[in-house]
Amino acid sequence: MTLGLIGICVFAPLLAAIASFTYRKNAYFLVLITSLLVVTAITFLTFLLHRDGSFIVALGGWVAPLGIQWRVDGFASLMLLITSIIAIAITLYAKDYFHREEQRQSFWPLWMILLAGLNALFLSNDLFNWYVTLELIGISAVALVTLANSSRADRAAFRYLLVSLLGSLCFLAGVALLYRAYGVLDIFLLEKVVTQNLNTTISLSLILAGLLLKSAIFPLHFWLAPAHSNAPAPVSALLSALVVKGSFYIILRIWFAISPEISSNLVAIGLSTIGIFAIFWGSLCALRTQRLKLLVAYSTVAQLGYFMLFFLLSMHAEIRQVAFGGVVYFIISHALAKSALFLGAGNIQKLAGHDKINQLQPFATQLPMTMFAFALAGASIMGLPPSGGFIAKWTVLNAALVSDQWYLVIVLIGGGLLSAAYIFRILKLAFHSQSSLDFYKTNSVISPTMQWVPLVLAMAAIALGFNAIPTLSLLEISSPFDYLHTNGESS
Amino acid sequence: MNWSNTLPLLILASSLLPGIIIFFLQEKSTQLRTFLNLLGACIKIVLVIALILGVYQGYVFETRWQLVPNIDLVLHADALSVLFVSLSSILWLLTTIYAIGYLENSPNRSRFFGFFSLCVSATIGIALAGNLITFLIFYELLTLTTYPLVVHRGTKQCQKAGRIYLMYTLGGGALLLVGVVWLKAIAGPLDFTATGILSTMEHLDATTLQWIFLLLMVGFGVKAAIFPLHGWLPKAMVAPAPVSSLLHAVAVVKAGAFGIVRVVYDVYGVEFANQLGLLYPLALIAAFTIIYGSVRALFQDGLKPRLAYSTISQVSYIALGTAIAGPIATIGGIVHLVHQGLMKITLFFCAGNFAETLKLHRISELDGVGKRMPATMLAFSIAALGMIGIPPIAGFISKWYLGIGAAEANQFWVLWILAGSSALNAMYFLPILYRGWFKSPTAAWQDAIPAERFETHWMLLFPPLITAAFSIGFGVLANAEFSPLEWSRLIATREYVQ
Repeated sequence: MTLGLIGICVFAPLLAAIASFTYRKNAYFLVLITSLLVVTAITFLTFLLHRDGSFIVALGGWVAPLGIQWRVDGFASLMLLITSIIAIAITLYAKDYFHREEQRQSFWPLWMILLAGLNALFLSNDLFNWYVTLELIGISAVALVTLANSSRADRAAFRYLLVSLLGSLCFLAGVALLYRAYGVLDIFLLEKVVTQNLNTTISLSLILAGLLLKSAIFPLHFWLAPAHSNAPAPVSALLSALVVKGSFYIILRIWFAISPEISSNLVAIGLSTIGIFAIFWGSLCALRTQRLKLLVAYSTVAQLGYFMLFFLLSMHAEIRQVAFGGVVYFIISHALAKSALFLGAGNIQKLAGHDKINQLQPFATQLPMTMFAFALAGASIMGLPPSGGFIAKWTVLNAALVSDQWYLVIVLIGGGLLSAAYIFRILKLAFHSQSSLDFYKTNSVISPTMQWVPLVLAMAAIALGFNAIPTLSLLEISSPFDYLHTNGESS
Repeated sequence: MNWSNTLPLLILASSLLPGIIIFFLQEKSTQLRTFLNLLGACIKIVLVIALILGVYQGYVFETRWQLVPNIDLVLHADALSVLFVSLSSILWLLTTIYAIGYLENSPNRSRFFGFFSLCVSATIGIALAGNLITFLIFYELLTLTTYPLVVHRGTKQCQKAGRIYLMYTLGGGALLLVGVVWLKAIAGPLDFTATGILSTMEHLDATTLQWIFLLLMVGFGVKAAIFPLHGWLPKAMVAPAPVSSLLHAVAVVKAGAFGIVRVVYDVYGVEFANQLGLLYPLALIAAFTIIYGSVRALFQDGLKPRLAYSTISQVSYIALGTAIAGPIATIGGIVHLVHQGLMKITLFFCAGNFAETLKLHRISELDGVGKRMPATMLAFSIAALGMIGIPPIAGFISKWYLGIGAAEANQFWVLWILAGSSALNAMYFLPILYRGWFKSPTAAWQDAIPAERFETHWMLLFPPLITAAFSIGFGVLANAEFSPLEWSRLIATREYVQ
């Protein structure tokens, strides 16, 4: 039963990728049905998880260390859920967005490979599996960026390819070193045998460096802005909302499993410090840039910084679970809000033919629903209530205050104000003396679906603000910290 | 379906739902939009009357929704919230009527009325908030929903005003957030309770509480336009007249003042706050703001800017009444919440009428306007005299109680402030009345025959007349049951432990 459901999550998209190559005419329906299938499977998995607690499934009956094990706990299922929801949105949006047949024909298979990679990543629990999924995601993501068919996009994609390969290489080297030393890849088995020595330090540093590069964490973020801003809008949304989260997810998983044994406070402080720099640097770039999609992309750089604050907070045992909830809330509300922003930016860019912010006014006012989506998603990014972003900010702020970390309070507040400053650069486009906004203004370029999808995503980001209790309780189902307790560790 | 836990939610929904629906209406479906607006406003008033009767008889109305573990979103109706809710709902109805008349045939009305309703919903949420967290949520929502109203016209000047407005309010909101989270972190989730709760928690460090108080006061002080946080308010005058009216009378500045009242009385407890030495500095700043606003108002030639500075001055009466820390001053401060709202909205309605009907924006242009628009000028005069504190208009009642309260609390310096402020009020309001009534018209409009039956569109004329009538009524009938004064007495008796 569970194996079947997990199988659907990974193999249905893979099959759809192949099938959409052969049946090009029906590719859209194939992809849509697959997305719906995946979302159903994941909902069902979540339900089972709720009823029975977390489960581990061995592929083909081979258990670790020989076989591959897949594992579903609260964190994984939440990431899968968000991924599948955004997957449907992207599928619906992309159908109308790509107007040239050959773009569409390449988009569908690549997109399905990416989805399979993401789902497999969230389900995996061993280092080599993660390497495979990272490669799958990296290659398909690079190919998706090139669909924009512009020289700028090609250059960005090429750089993205090199970065992605370098990241994977670092990761693989680290994994190989670990495997040589301990002979296991499964993260739970590794957790039991890992000891602190030079080899472990080097290999984990390599793994971390590779993942930070792939997650575009400051100062390794240089590739993100061009790649995310020059890609076609649905691809930008995927990259910012999901792809960077994938590698960050692995960082968190490894951190939970191995950190008590080998890491020192110094690493946590270092990671969070670069996070703080990311918040301010990303926000300042977003404030300065003249292009809409670059603004949204730099906002991702800044938001990724918030995730990094977790490492510092996790050093205090009493607030660990709270801080974890806060950071996951940051991740999921950012995923929804950012995809809404990128799809909205796509609408405006498509209508205007460019995305220079100071010339967008007349076009922005023709897309009231999109501007509305910007407003709602922007509220979540700024962390204003009531929204998922607010709950995230509240939770992390609370954790910071309880543990007396005042500089984090300043970071959160300062970062929030800076994000408000750049979000309102977009929002003020909606108010102009010479134009009128009519919600139903018909628009031949931007189809209703393309207008509704970002709005619904943004509303979902707001709705997250009211669903914290079920979401957080899902996260507590076999929370990663339980393992820490069973091991009798408290960093 | 249980009235006691759905009524607050229904009151909130009666403006929230029309607001959301209105966004989806086509620009040209004016009638449906008007109908929805007025329907929502009327339903709200009916519900609020039910609420008043319920609270008076001691029923508890409360809606609770768990937001995060340990934190609830609480809508709770106590005597203080009822006062603010009734003010907001009555003024919403009148302002809606006024706005419909004012914005006739102008563009973007769906957007305007949508945000207008959302803004009122946020205000109602603030009024009904049962703890600081809920208060904060609606307070920030208010910031977001008023921004589109401020920049509604979309000119360069509006954009600039909007930017300044956001800088102040979002900055203040951020500090408020820190204060609220901090307080929650050390004292747990605090539901508002009469006489406050913090005094009973002895483990709390006094210095920490003082810092938190400072953060909260700065957060609220921005919207309440307390010196030196008032800079946004005169700028925000570029908004259309109905927006300025609502912003100044109920929505924004009152939300700030209401927050101060809530924190002092229902979180810290007025006596405990006094023990911590928090109220005297607050009183000093409020007193300074009162004088400062009046002096600045004196030098404005534009009618709306003069009213704006007058607001800065008048709203601080509420903070002052709170900070004197005596039961009678409390009555004065709280009752001023209502009285100032009524009088100030009258003044803004009238200023809007002059601007809309005769294109008069400056005080120096108002010569003889009383002959052309006597009814508007009458309403203006009543409200202005009330502001000065002439009996029997409502403003007198507030000042009287503030004065007696200060004397009772042995803070005689406040009397000088009140006297000085009244003198200044007279100095900046009486010349307007003199010009309007006694000078002969000089401008070109004097020969123009009114196109309509009344001196201006009836939807613009009646709201100020009604609010002016209320201002007199609440002054004359101050001792009647259910008058704001009586209600404030009820609140004050619950706030002091004696």
